[in-house]
Amino acid sequence: MQILAQIGAYFILLKRAFSRPEKHAILYRQTMREIEKTGINSFSIVVIISLFVGAVITIQTNFNIENPLLPKYLIGVTVRDSLLLEFSSTMVALILAGKVGSSIASELGMMRITEQIDALEVMGVNSASFLILPKVIASVLFFPILCLLSIIVGLAGGYLSCVLADIIPPSEFIYGIQYAFYPYYIAYALTKTVFYAFIITTVSSYYGYFVKGGAVEVGRSSTKAVVQSSILILLANLILTRTILS
Amino acid sequence: MIEVKNLFKSYDGEYVLNDVSARFEQGKCNLIIGRSGSGKTVLLKSIAGLIEVDEGEIWYDDLQFSHLNTQSRQLIRKEMGVLFQGAALFDSLTVEENVLFPLDMFTAQSKKEKLDRANFCLERVRVTGSNHLFPAELSGGMKKRVAIARAIALNPKYLLCDEPNSGLDPETGIVIDNLIRDLTEEFNMTTIVNSHDMNSVLEIGDKVIFIYRGCLCWEGSREEILRTDNEALNNFVFATNMAKQIKNQ
Repeated sequence: MQILAQIGAYFILLKRAFSRPEKHAILYRQTMREIEKTGINSFSIVVIISLFVGAVITIQTNFNIENPLLPKYLIGVTVRDSLLLEFSSTMVALILAGKVGSSIASELGMMRITEQIDALEVMGVNSASFLILPKVIASVLFFPILCLLSIIVGLAGGYLSCVLADIIPPSEFIYGIQYAFYPYYIAYALTKTVFYAFIITTVSSYYGYFVKGGAVEVGRSSTKAVVQSSILILLANLILTRTILS
Repeated sequence: MIEVKNLFKSYDGEYVLNDVSARFEQGKCNLIIGRSGSGKTVLLKSIAGLIEVDEGEIWYDDLQFSHLNTQSRQLIRKEMGVLFQGAALFDSLTVEENVLFPLDMFTAQSKKEKLDRANFCLERVRVTGSNHLFPAELSGGMKKRVAIARAIALNPKYLLCDEPNSGLDPETGIVIDNLIRDLTEEFNMTTIVNSHDMNSVLEIGDKVIFIYRGCLCWEGSREEILRTDNEALNNFVFATNMAKQIKNQ
């Protein structure tokens, strides 16, 4: 019963969040702020992780290809498809659920316990729309950019490992990442990322917005936001993969 | 004028507000006093519409607030300034941006007009030269003043203050109290102040209501409070032995 009540409260909050904003100029300003906070500030973590993962996938694939009949350019194919199909969308989303999700939940939670959300409400501002809608728009617009960035940097990491660790000739790797390339995979990765962005921001906002109590509860809700977002991302991954790739 | 009629509010079957009726006059500082946990914050938040009451009516002049839909409530809320216990300034905004916030949201004034109004409000509460500071950089008293400046930015008809001088030293507390009284008279607002501070009661309490265990136990003026023979109120007002001795003399 409690789960049903929570799901109901989540959808009621979404309905409030997606109602018409007070002023479009303010929504635009808030969205730009959120793009900076949630998107641009996540650049470095996405770049660092993608670079290393790209390099590691390259080394591991090379290590596992024992059959001399298999061409070495398959390493490039494997790295590309791993990044496109799973890592740059789902794994990056899980990382962002930790970084952005906890940040959103604790920000809104602190606003709740310090009565800042009440202050918005008594001013006649729709606090859900004012606080949550810009976050959703910012992440839905910007997370796909982070996904593309992750793909590019991950491939660069693979290339660098080829050059620096002398795994395969870089020209073979470049040939591999171009071999049997389906542009549709990019659309698939970006579509998944849009769904994940929505899940991360709305679920984290829900947990932050309804915090009751003090600092301990804010911490707890932040953890719950990350855990629930991650589970929902994995569930969405399964459903979307089954739907899009079948 | 704000009036509440027969308000009831319970949590887990226990009444926090039990048939509370009161009238808060325009142009006066109306104080709600009572012990911690007596129900005064629930009463104030019910009046502000932050808590839904189980039964009863809340009137803002001729409008019954408790029966209005969300959109109509928002119209009244735009005429309402609220000062929260912890000031509730927006952390991510500077002092100036905090005061500009309601002006940005609800007026179509030019940037210069809004800035002039924000500076007027800040000067009125005697906060100058701090426009670009963030709330974390302000003292408790300064935060309260900025919160008052934000509350009066839209020229509200109603000002609701939840323990405005909690956490402040007595001298700063009196400064905040006097500021609230002066603004109430200047803008002819209906002001309701929630407090358990006797300094506030004696300084600004034009009308005082005493809440005891969720019920309205006594109402009167600050002069009458010193002469009352209401036992619960006397125990609250003259809590210390020294105060009791002075009262008996």
